[in-house]
Amino acid sequence: MTSVPTPLREIAKVVRSKNAGPFEITLDIIFKSREDFDAVKKSGVITKELISELYNVPTQAIITFGFFDLVNAVKITLPRPRAQGAIGETDMHAAQQHVPLQEICVPWPAQ
Amino acid sequence: MAVANNDEIRILTPSGMLGYGFPIEHVKLGLTLKPHAITIDSGSTDSGPQKLGLGEMTCSHANYVKDMEVLLEAQQEAKIPLLISSAGGDGSNLHVDVFRDIMVEIAQRRGWRFKLAKIYSDVDKALIKKELKAGRIEPLGPVPQLDPREVDAATVVVAQIGAEPFNKALDEGPSAIGGVDVIVSGRAYDPSPTAAMAIRAGFDPALAWHMGKIMECGALCAEPVGRSVMGWLRRDHFEIEPLNPAERCTTASVAAHTLYEKTHPFLLAGPGGTLDLSQCKYEQVSDRRVRVSGSKFIPANPYTVKLEGAKTAGYRAIFIAGARDPIFIRQIDEILARVIDVTRDYYKEIPPETYRIIPHLYGKNGVMGELEPVKTPAHELCIIVEVAAATQAIATAICGKIRTSLMHAPYPGRIATAGNLASPFTPLEIPLGQACEFNVYHLMQVDSPTALFPVQYEEIA
Repeated sequence: MTSVPTPLREIAKVVRSKNAGPFEITLDIIFKSREDFDAVKKSGVITKELISELYNVPTQAIITFGFFDLVNAVKITLPRPRAQGAIGETDMHAAQQHVPLQEICVPWPAQ
Repeated sequence: MAVANNDEIRILTPSGMLGYGFPIEHVKLGLTLKPHAITIDSGSTDSGPQKLGLGEMTCSHANYVKDMEVLLEAQQEAKIPLLISSAGGDGSNLHVDVFRDIMVEIAQRRGWRFKLAKIYSDVDKALIKKELKAGRIEPLGPVPQLDPREVDAATVVVAQIGAEPFNKALDEGPSAIGGVDVIVSGRAYDPSPTAAMAIRAGFDPALAWHMGKIMECGALCAEPVGRSVMGWLRRDHFEIEPLNPAERCTTASVAAHTLYEKTHPFLLAGPGGTLDLSQCKYEQVSDRRVRVSGSKFIPANPYTVKLEGAKTAGYRAIFIAGARDPIFIRQIDEILARVIDVTRDYYKEIPPETYRIIPHLYGKNGVMGELEPVKTPAHELCIIVEVAAATQAIATAICGKIRTSLMHAPYPGRIATAGNLASPFTPLEIPLGQACEFNVYHLMQVDSPTALFPVQYEEIA
């Protein structure tokens, strides 16, 4: 079967971002099935290094990063760029910081 | 009054947030299932530091009256405890008293009587500084070490209430007035009221905290996401079902809920310990109901509570303007930088470190800032310039200077010589009032889970 690079927005059930308290932002990628979750995990595309690059955060500052099979999800928690609601805030709830994750491409069977 | 027997305790949660409203028919449906208590949270740090910083509430007075009247009516009819946590959003003493006053107003109008316990959670600043000196306060997550000056700067500091103070309020109500019907609490860990009811009835604390954790968000654990939810806690498991017949809980929706707004997918820290959900089992027991077992609770030694505080941080003003000219949009960063330089030069007498100028360029990178992966701006921009300064007058003046300079700024290739901005609103500069910042978010060790949280009782009639 041929595979083509496919963005996560076409594969995942949920790709979202939100505050986890006023000083952290948490990102969830939830898959439709264990098969999809396993395939993305096996692709090796989603790594701490990639997250570090996309969110301009040193790998050692990443608070949580992992594939969690109990919920078929990748969870990533990062320090917030500023305390929630501080001067210069652009996203009070951190609800629109997920887009770089949506665009991550993994090799996927051609439709 | 329904009493929890040895085998089961039932809890009804009408909504994840008091004041957001909920369908009354679903709460009525829930009451026919004979709950032993109604629990509802009204707290969150999620909408910003201004609640703690300025004493604002999450919802309007009118919305709180509306929701509380429905719940007090349910309490009066079913004769079961009603537990409301984190009054007003921040859970400050001020807002516990506001909630109490709303209840008095409703009770007098409707002719209801009930026994009320108020649990307060403001923490004395002298105590915080003493514990800080004793090395009993640590940052929670990526937060600086606490500085005693920040404690003084905070408008108010609250601590999160665990299960124990709720049980104390339920058990120790003065015998003269008998048991407590309604509790209004200050800042509580959201699951505490539900967990408290279950732990008090002798059920497994791990299951109690896990069920509380899911129910504190109402029916957010359902598909589609809803408002009202019912929980049945038994000896070795609990079950959860949304009260709206059009919604269902699935093993996936309930398991995935614990990810929401949490740092870690299966380790959830709270007052007195950490909930470990790594070994949980989720089973579909009916089309709309899920059974959960295998939750673990790891008690913390010493017992810690979370402190939350915010301070005011000067005043802000903004202006909002559109830009459509492609020659202007191509050069927006350089033009803005020149305008800001000119403005700083114009206000030489104001120390530069006392004010900040922050452009927000929607259509370019307004949402993600430097992290924005798309580098080509849109065909039109919304420009918001935020100015923060020591007083409102200075913030508004600087903001006005930037706006007028940007409106008329020359730039290479300019052919639209009458003005650069499309302004939708007056006032052209908008004063935003005081800005606030979270400045306390730390864990403090306590000798007793109840010592920080005084309880007061009164009979409302």
